[in-house]
Amino acid sequence: MAFTISFHKPSALTNTVKILKRSLNTTRVLANKQMTVRDALNSAMDDEMERDERVFILGEEVAMYDGAYKVSRGLYKKYGEKRVIDTPITEIGFAGIAVGAAMAGLRPICEFMTFNFSLQAIDHVINSAAKTFYMSAGLVNVPIVFRGPNGAAAGVAAQHSQCFGAWYSQCPGLKVISPYNSEDARGLLKAAIRDPDPVVFLENELLYGNQYPITDEVLDKDFVLPIGKAKIERKGDHITFVAHSKGVELALDAAKELSSVGIEAEVINLRSLRPLDINTIIQSVVRTNHIISIEQGWPYAGIGSEISAQIMESEAFYHLDAPVIRVTGADVPMPYTKSLEIAALPQINNIVDAAKKLLGV
Amino acid sequence: MITLTTKNVSAVHNTLQKLTSTWQCRNLATEATFDIKAFKLHKLESGPNTTVTITKEDAINYYKQMQYIRRIETAAGNLYKEKIVRGFCHLYSGQEACAVGMKSAFRDQDSIISAYRVHGWTYLMGAKPVEVLSELTGRIGGVVRGKGGSMHMYGKNFYGGNGIVGAQVPLGAGIALAAKYLGTGGVCFTLYGDGASNQGQVFEAYNMAKLWNLPCVFVCENNGYAMGTSSERSASNTSYYTRGDYIPGIWVDGMDVLAVREASKFAVDHCINGNGPILLETVTYRYSGHSMSDPGTSYRTRAEIQAVRMTRDPITSFKEKILSTNLATVDDLKKIDNEIKIEIDQAVIKSKEDEEITLDELASDIYSKPIESEHRGVVPWQKIKHVRIGPAFNIV
Repeated sequence: MAFTISFHKPSALTNTVKILKRSLNTTRVLANKQMTVRDALNSAMDDEMERDERVFILGEEVAMYDGAYKVSRGLYKKYGEKRVIDTPITEIGFAGIAVGAAMAGLRPICEFMTFNFSLQAIDHVINSAAKTFYMSAGLVNVPIVFRGPNGAAAGVAAQHSQCFGAWYSQCPGLKVISPYNSEDARGLLKAAIRDPDPVVFLENELLYGNQYPITDEVLDKDFVLPIGKAKIERKGDHITFVAHSKGVELALDAAKELSSVGIEAEVINLRSLRPLDINTIIQSVVRTNHIISIEQGWPYAGIGSEISAQIMESEAFYHLDAPVIRVTGADVPMPYTKSLEIAALPQINNIVDAAKKLLGV
Repeated sequence: MITLTTKNVSAVHNTLQKLTSTWQCRNLATEATFDIKAFKLHKLESGPNTTVTITKEDAINYYKQMQYIRRIETAAGNLYKEKIVRGFCHLYSGQEACAVGMKSAFRDQDSIISAYRVHGWTYLMGAKPVEVLSELTGRIGGVVRGKGGSMHMYGKNFYGGNGIVGAQVPLGAGIALAAKYLGTGGVCFTLYGDGASNQGQVFEAYNMAKLWNLPCVFVCENNGYAMGTSSERSASNTSYYTRGDYIPGIWVDGMDVLAVREASKFAVDHCINGNGPILLETVTYRYSGHSMSDPGTSYRTRAEIQAVRMTRDPITSFKEKILSTNLATVDDLKKIDNEIKIEIDQAVIKSKEDEEITLDELASDIYSKPIESEHRGVVPWQKIKHVRIGPAFNIV
């Protein structure tokens, strides 16, 4: 059965798919619940706003426009202008206001239209949010979530295509999350909103419209995932792939391809970048003796660099049969040129080739 | 009741002082009324009262508070010169009337956030002088166990102590937003200097505070110098009370505790009556350099500092008012001065003798809900246990 559906907004597509699923007598596979990452994030915020009056959203276009990427769709209508606040385009100002509100007892979700713009406000993320609890000797904690799309989108050039995973992860006092699929997005965002510390929640624009299967458990209003715990997405004995966000998708695709030639890769979805679940990585390396890190961000002082260093400083080093390999975004600002953009980002074949090289096949 | 204007205060002073010594304590006034310097108004039809009545109790209280701050700062400066206070140390001497005047208008639900010149504010918001000084010496008895130092002190309704120039301004607007959201009826006094007033984020905060009608009292403490750059050399418009544009503003004599009090009361009323934010410019002066590393004499003359001390000092001028209106005797004030001196001297000794927190606290209170039990030390095999000590008032 083939449909040709042409909609501008992925959200409209999602709704249509939902309706179709209800109206058609579907097979068992189709009946499995699916949810887009966008809806997962939206439902997470909705749940938590319902649960706790102190939770509110502020950011550019989050209210009347329904969110620049429609992540906050419907929340303004449901909760009104007190709890869903459109801000002017003044990141340092509204990020500071959000942090101040958190210090004084509220639970703000501060949306950056993209994390590229968080650079305007990074002082409040680092100096005002992350360090205050330590400086105040445990008096003033800052329960806030900074969230928004992070990393490379498509064709948006250098100023709009950067991963800030490594930047924010470097700072003690922050918890940094980078979800991959809908389960991650829902469970981790709910956990982040409930968490009493500042959380940086790095989403990916290209994953917003993707559908992933979810269970009833994930839909439960009290479903939360533990911050700081990685998930093994695929078991394998020959090599470990460790990735976050869009990188997980690449790693899974590469693992599938390698499987056809008899190489079974274990894929670890980091979920959190700080704290980093290094134990899960170590345990995997002890079994596979080989590891490749995959990320879309820059290599220099990146997430892969940190993983590599932590492996060197751990027992896992003695279990390696080959050096750690980092598959990363290229060490260049992002070009607009389509062919160059592809070359600047890790592709499935880069991972497949790296794995073969590492395993000597 | 005796009514005096600032002009005739000094003349009457001498006469009254003689009378005071004759009367001793038998005929002390219980309140007095003063005319204060006119306020300048921006986008306001009427301003605060310029005729001010204070009770004896209030007068003594303000005098004490200003003297405490002056003594704490003198002690802090000495401790710095002895190399016991490390790093930064910004003194408030000369600006006491600003803090004391504002604090006198606070209600229980009101908050304050300021920059890095906050030793005096920390004391006013409930810390003992010894806790302020022990924070400066970096000892366990400090307000925040010696972990914050000069610029990072906190307390109930007191959100610091911020070391990044201008960053406290949107934070203050956010505290005001929380007050409005939670319906506490509180306002947030958001303080910054003439230097920070040029920061972009200050204007962003003005804009949103006015858009959303936040109960925020922006206070520009204009001490004339942004580090070593005078107002005239750093601001295109030095009428700081007008720089909120669409936000009403008041120019206030920041050397007169009573003027600051009246303006602050007016500002609180303005906010709680639903008029949104208001801006006060308190014109003041700092006697010390920007920080202890700045002698404060390359960009201004010693004569200028001396002239302010002689003619505008907030404590001396208030003392004259108290004495000339017979709210207290010279002996009363001497007694207060002595008591404060003794307390601060003892606090200095204690702040030097106190211990530093132990190494066990190196990784304390990084998170209110820690996920990892240990943080890495300087070498990989050194693991530091994360410990929770503080009460974390936003944890519930």
